Amino acid sequence: MAVYKKTYRPYDGELTASWTRFMVIPRFAFEDMRKSRFLTIFFLASFIYPLIAALVIYVQHNASALNLLGVQNANRLISINATFFLNFLGWQSMLALFLASFTGPGQVSPDLANNALALYLARPFSRVEYVLGKMWILVVLMSLMTWVPGLLLFGLQAYLEEGWTWLRDNAHMGWGIFFGSWVWILILALLALALSAWVKWKPAAGALMFGVFFVAAGFGVAINSVQRTNWGHLFNISALIGSVWVQLFGADPAVNNGGAFFRMPADQALPLWSCWAALALLCAACLYMLARKIRGAEVIK
Amino acid sequence: MDPVIELDGLEVRFGSRTILKKLSAKLTGRSIGLLGPNGAGKSTLINTLLGFHTPSSGTARVLGRDVRTHAREVRRLIGYMPESDSYIASMSGVRFVRLMAELAGLPKEHALERAHEAFFYVGLGEVRYRALGTYSLGMKQAAKLAQAIAHGPKLLFLDEPTNGLDPPARLRMIQLIQEIRDRGDLHLILSSHLLRDVEECCDEVLILKDGNIAAFCNLEEERRANKRFLELETRGGVNGSFLEAMEKMGCEAATGAQGRIKLVLPDGVEVKQLYEVAAAQNIQIRRLNHKRDSLEDIFLKAMEAADGRL
Repeated sequence: MAVYKKTYRPYDGELTASWTRFMVIPRFAFEDMRKSRFLTIFFLASFIYPLIAALVIYVQHNASALNLLGVQNANRLISINATFFLNFLGWQSMLALFLASFTGPGQVSPDLANNALALYLARPFSRVEYVLGKMWILVVLMSLMTWVPGLLLFGLQAYLEEGWTWLRDNAHMGWGIFFGSWVWILILALLALALSAWVKWKPAAGALMFGVFFVAAGFGVAINSVQRTNWGHLFNISALIGSVWVQLFGADPAVNNGGAFFRMPADQALPLWSCWAALALLCAACLYMLARKIRGAEVIK
Repeated sequence: MDPVIELDGLEVRFGSRTILKKLSAKLTGRSIGLLGPNGAGKSTLINTLLGFHTPSSGTARVLGRDVRTHAREVRRLIGYMPESDSYIASMSGVRFVRLMAELAGLPKEHALERAHEAFFYVGLGEVRYRALGTYSLGMKQAAKLAQAIAHGPKLLFLDEPTNGLDPPARLRMIQLIQEIRDRGDLHLILSSHLLRDVEECCDEVLILKDGNIAAFCNLEEERRANKRFLELETRGGVNGSFLEAMEKMGCEAATGAQGRIKLVLPDGVEVKQLYEVAAAQNIQIRRLNHKRDSLEDIFLKAMEAADGRL
């Protein structure tokens, strides 16, 4: 029917599958994000490090390129090993933190500020789907920054090694890149959404994102100094993640204490279970915060 | 007729406070009004039917679906226009309605088409590409109505739809609601504390007070009854013989002071016949009123009850 015909008519057409509806939210959000020049440039700039890493891997396996550059022994300086990939993941994860701080606060707070949640949830659309939809935006962007280029680099290295042996011997690094990135992505996405739900002013929510990482780490150091303990590192999320990555990468904790920006201070390592438990607790706290705020109608008891 | 809404001992508690107290009713009308003073539980009832609040005991059924066990299915059938401002300020009107229609399950092409249609229908066709944050209050209300009907619901919840509207905008909103009601494709639940809105749009009304059902009546029947209920003011002649003549025609009649007479006309007797009888008796009918403000009477009576319970 032509749009100018001013009438109401019921809808009897087909409906989309209910499990796909949470994807509507990221689709609309991506359309909005594309309009932000800053975000587009930042996102594209985040691929500089993976491109350099790819170049390093390529040159390392290309004797003629090394001869051409006059650095025949460079392959002894840069080894493509767990440290290389941990550093890659560290850099990219730091950029993901910036991205989450820029985009995360704008996800839930506008809906809460304008009471739009009642409209979302008055449809056949649950609170879980709403959170999933909002998370999906961050998950997709951060995946493209972390594990997707990480696995491509891993694949390139395996391809240039010309054999299954390297791939088989270093499979744990591939898993480490994938699962390590996902742990970080889930923590960032949940934290960004939880802060966005509780702090309606976007710049404050973004600043708080950094605060949780850096101020909490400083608080942990203060606890360590006063109490003469190492348990204060439980407040240092980046150190906790660093320890978890070392385990997932199958690296030797005596040699390797994490990736760039994500290192547990040497000789102060905490038991691995406590790192996992602290991260799980953080996720649970974020989920609780979201559950309290994401409601169709506010209940005043 | 299958009930649109069936309340079965519905109780909703927030902490220690009981907001809805064991409500039981069957609402079958095409257009149902929810009336009550502020804090009576109207919005809580709507929110419970939408699945936003879980009943602490009892249940409710919307178009035969239990809100506890089939919440998703219930919400598929519903269009909801909330009382407070609800929108995404930075989005254009038509994009917002399209988003809401897609979340309701419409494929994106259909959602876009219906979003445009809904905007034209509520009279915002010319401003549909403007950001919602720039709309006036009346336009925001109309945009809320557009998002509520875009996906073609079977039941429309309108929570205070004329709130904050100036008289022309209110009139336009009421006309839209009446138009939607008269098409007969969907049922309406209109929550308001304005008796006039409910009277103009609804054929059944549920009055709440302090979380109880204070009154429940069929306005259509009331209106029909009111048409037969007359108040006359007469001059001249002898009222007694006029009354006798009326009673012979089957009217119930009672006299008041200063020539006032109250009459209930039986079926088949028209007002014209009253004038004929009056003329024959040499009586002037100076004033003739149909009984009015029945909803106001019902509402006031309901409010007088101490605990709001019928």
